[in-house]
Amino acid sequence: MSASPPIVEMRGVVKRFGDLVALDGADLVVQEREIHALIGENGAGKSTLMNVLYGLYRPDAGTIRLRGQEVRLRSPRDAIASGIGMIHQHFMLIPPLTVAENVVLGDERSGPMLGERRLAARVRELEDRFHISVDPETKVEDLPLGLQQRVEILKVLYRGSELLIFDEPTAVLTPQEVDELFVIVRQLRDEGKTVIFITHKLREVFAVTDRITVLRDGRNAGNLLTKATNASEIARLMVGRDLKPPAARTPVQSSGTALEIRGLQAKSDRGAEALKGIDLTVNAGEILGIAGVSGNGQSELAECILGLHEPTAGTILIGGADIAHDDPKRTRERGVAYVPEDRRAEGLVLAFTVADNFILGKQDHAPFSHRGVLDSDVISANGDRLAKEFDVRPPNARAIVGNLSGGNQQKVVLGRELSEQPKLIVVNQPTRGLDIGSTEYVWERLLEQRARGCAVLLVSSELDEIRALSDRIAVMFEGRLVATLPAAEATEERLGLLMAGHTEGAPA
Amino acid sequence: MTWEMLVGASVLAATLRLATPIALAALGGTMSERSGVVNIALEGSMLVGCFFGVVVADRSHNIWLALAAALLAGLLLAALHAYASITLRADQIVSGMALNILALGLTTYLDYEMYGTTGTPSDLVAVPDLHLTFLNGIPYVGTAIGDQNWIVWVGLLLVAALQVFLFRTVLGLRWRAVGEHPRAAETVGVNVRRMRYAAVLASGALAALGGAYLSLGVAHSFTDGMTGGRGFIGLAAMIFGRWTPVGALGASLIFGYGNALSTSLQGATVGGVRLPVQLLGTLPYILTILAVAGFVGRSRAPAADGLPYETEGHA
Ligand SMILES: Nc1ncnc2c1ncn2[C@@H]1O[C@H](COP(=O)(O)OP(=O)(O)OP(=O)(O)O)[C@@H](O)[C@H]1O
Ligand SMILES: [Mg+2]
Repeated sequence: MSASPPIVEMRGVVKRFGDLVALDGADLVVQEREIHALIGENGAGKSTLMNVLYGLYRPDAGTIRLRGQEVRLRSPRDAIASGIGMIHQHFMLIPPLTVAENVVLGDERSGPMLGERRLAARVRELEDRFHISVDPETKVEDLPLGLQQRVEILKVLYRGSELLIFDEPTAVLTPQEVDELFVIVRQLRDEGKTVIFITHKLREVFAVTDRITVLRDGRNAGNLLTKATNASEIARLMVGRDLKPPAARTPVQSSGTALEIRGLQAKSDRGAEALKGIDLTVNAGEILGIAGVSGNGQSELAECILGLHEPTAGTILIGGADIAHDDPKRTRERGVAYVPEDRRAEGLVLAFTVADNFILGKQDHAPFSHRGVLDSDVISANGDRLAKEFDVRPPNARAIVGNLSGGNQQKVVLGRELSEQPKLIVVNQPTRGLDIGSTEYVWERLLEQRARGCAVLLVSSELDEIRALSDRIAVMFEGRLVATLPAAEATEERLGLLMAGHTEGAPA
Repeated sequence: MTWEMLVGASVLAATLRLATPIALAALGGTMSERSGVVNIALEGSMLVGCFFGVVVADRSHNIWLALAAALLAGLLLAALHAYASITLRADQIVSGMALNILALGLTTYLDYEMYGTTGTPSDLVAVPDLHLTFLNGIPYVGTAIGDQNWIVWVGLLLVAALQVFLFRTVLGLRWRAVGEHPRAAETVGVNVRRMRYAAVLASGALAALGGAYLSLGVAHSFTDGMTGGRGFIGLAAMIFGRWTPVGALGASLIFGYGNALSTSLQGATVGGVRLPVQLLGTLPYILTILAVAGFVGRSRAPAADGLPYETEGHA
């Protein structure tokens, strides 16, 4: 029916990084005025394909046509000139600069002098037009992630892009922010713009997109109309197999309290009151989910337990001992494992091999070292064993962790943390940025620990995750636990209200 | 000890004189590091500036040519650093150090070849002082700033100009963006490599102007290794001044003042005790250590400072 050529037509795109083939003849066809989902597992090549379209990467083979015209995009400058804008998976903002400076950078449209006030006014105008609000004169480093993303969107709108690429925009957003983003995305389409939307969350695919392209191992695995497909078909195309139904949950094998926290208070790194008196217990063989919009004290709570953050008051009891002021090493020796929120910054040494990452924190005692000298045979045997056991791909313990996909990096963290039969596991956002296959894998491992009798404290802002795993759910809001519910009573609606601070009608 | 020894007009005049080469090196460091390249070859750029300025002054008897040669020499050395650190993505400290050694060896060798043991000629053309005769009658001010070298004034002008450039112009915004987050700058169409080349070249020329000041403005001669670490102290002043031109000038003035004091307090006594002048002479270096160790408040380097940038690298 549409006689006009597609706005984007990429054919046979190949991109290699050294030996690694990231794109192996990928195709992508996007029609004008549609919201097009680009999905696939971690490492499938989604970001690489978009970076090629944005002129950041030069393809080794393949053609790109924009509205039927073959183009060669040598740099982002060319892409921008062709009306392409991209919101990158890792934000491309310059923290010490203001919002306005970030928006106009590279296309300032003024004489040689900047004129801060003029810039701010121009950005405000743009904000009014698209109903996006963020103060143009604040520094980006002072903005929460949700607002930072609006700055990214403003950058693209400012350049008048006709085609907007969103690379996993929702990974760091709260549910409310996701809804707000959807409103913006739909509005953009209604104004005649075209959107490519990358996400791992199928519910988002169904919520906003019109058409779907599935990538697998750098190649096309499917092309679907959103209206005419369903979640399991998409999952099968992405993963190449059927997803297992969530494991049946065994009843809690409660055998006493594993963690008891009383009156815990702490300040955030910026000195604000982050925890205002937390009381909770986690039993052995139980998963306690901490729901909440991120930034309400969850990270401080997790870090206090591990000894990474100094509480100002309260006790943290493990096996009868108060560990509130212990250092992480001593806490870990009591059988506490930790999966931190930011695996790349806190969970792994990216420049090290898989095998070395598996022994971090265990390097100073047998069997991995003797009298201060590392035993490389034991370390590499241990690496091979865990890489296989935890399904790290590629199963090569000598690979550098920084080169693995996000899901496989998380498997390395889990392998290290779970291999020593911990008594308590503290996990913070364990599946952020992971594809559905990896998410399923992480969930399974956590349920396995629970079945073993381990206590799990699960911090997550993903309601689906909280509800799929937890036996009890505590909701955190502004440094307090505003409610604790049995999982059966925690409907999404109720949790959503509690997370937003509405405590009326909720049991304390 | 008298007030005269501490804040006399001649002490202030000396402060300004001694601060100028440090400030020019600090300006160079600031411009380079704001774009994300650490250039410790500033010391070398300064030294070749000293030397080739003198050589061309000797041969041509034209001060403009001499100055041009000094700047060009500093710029060429910086170009080597730019090529190594931007194009080849070499370690910036190693490259800078190697170039410093090269500069010292080259100038020492050529100095010996050309001027042997007699030293550079005594009738060199020089960069003149600027005699502000209208200040003559005014006490204090006349002595403090009435007879400073032209390059002192040029340096002060450059501080103001570069401060405005970095923080008030479009190009300055891009310059800083490249030093903070080059990938982000590239995604909005800024040419990271070109920006960084410009920055490193500019830093070499600025340091070389400091060198020309030493040899053509003050000493009217060249002696081996005559920069005496001023390039490095300039880098300390850059940190002290929080990577801003005005801050760099302030820090350089403090260092210059420390130097000036160690001369003016020669033989001074406090309550009958002789001040150990040698100890005073270490003041600038102690300040340097404090500055580098970060005791002067939290001063934050540009986020991408010293990191090589790969166009298709992992973000
Ligand atoms: N600059 C690079 N250098 C080397 N390898 C790279 C680079 N960029 C991507 N890769 C590799 O190419 C493959 C595809 O990566 P890409 O980032 O495109 O995946 P993705 O589909 O976006 O995954 P995710 O869902 O985790 O974001 C991965 O194996 C990745 O490690
Ligand atoms: Mg990606």
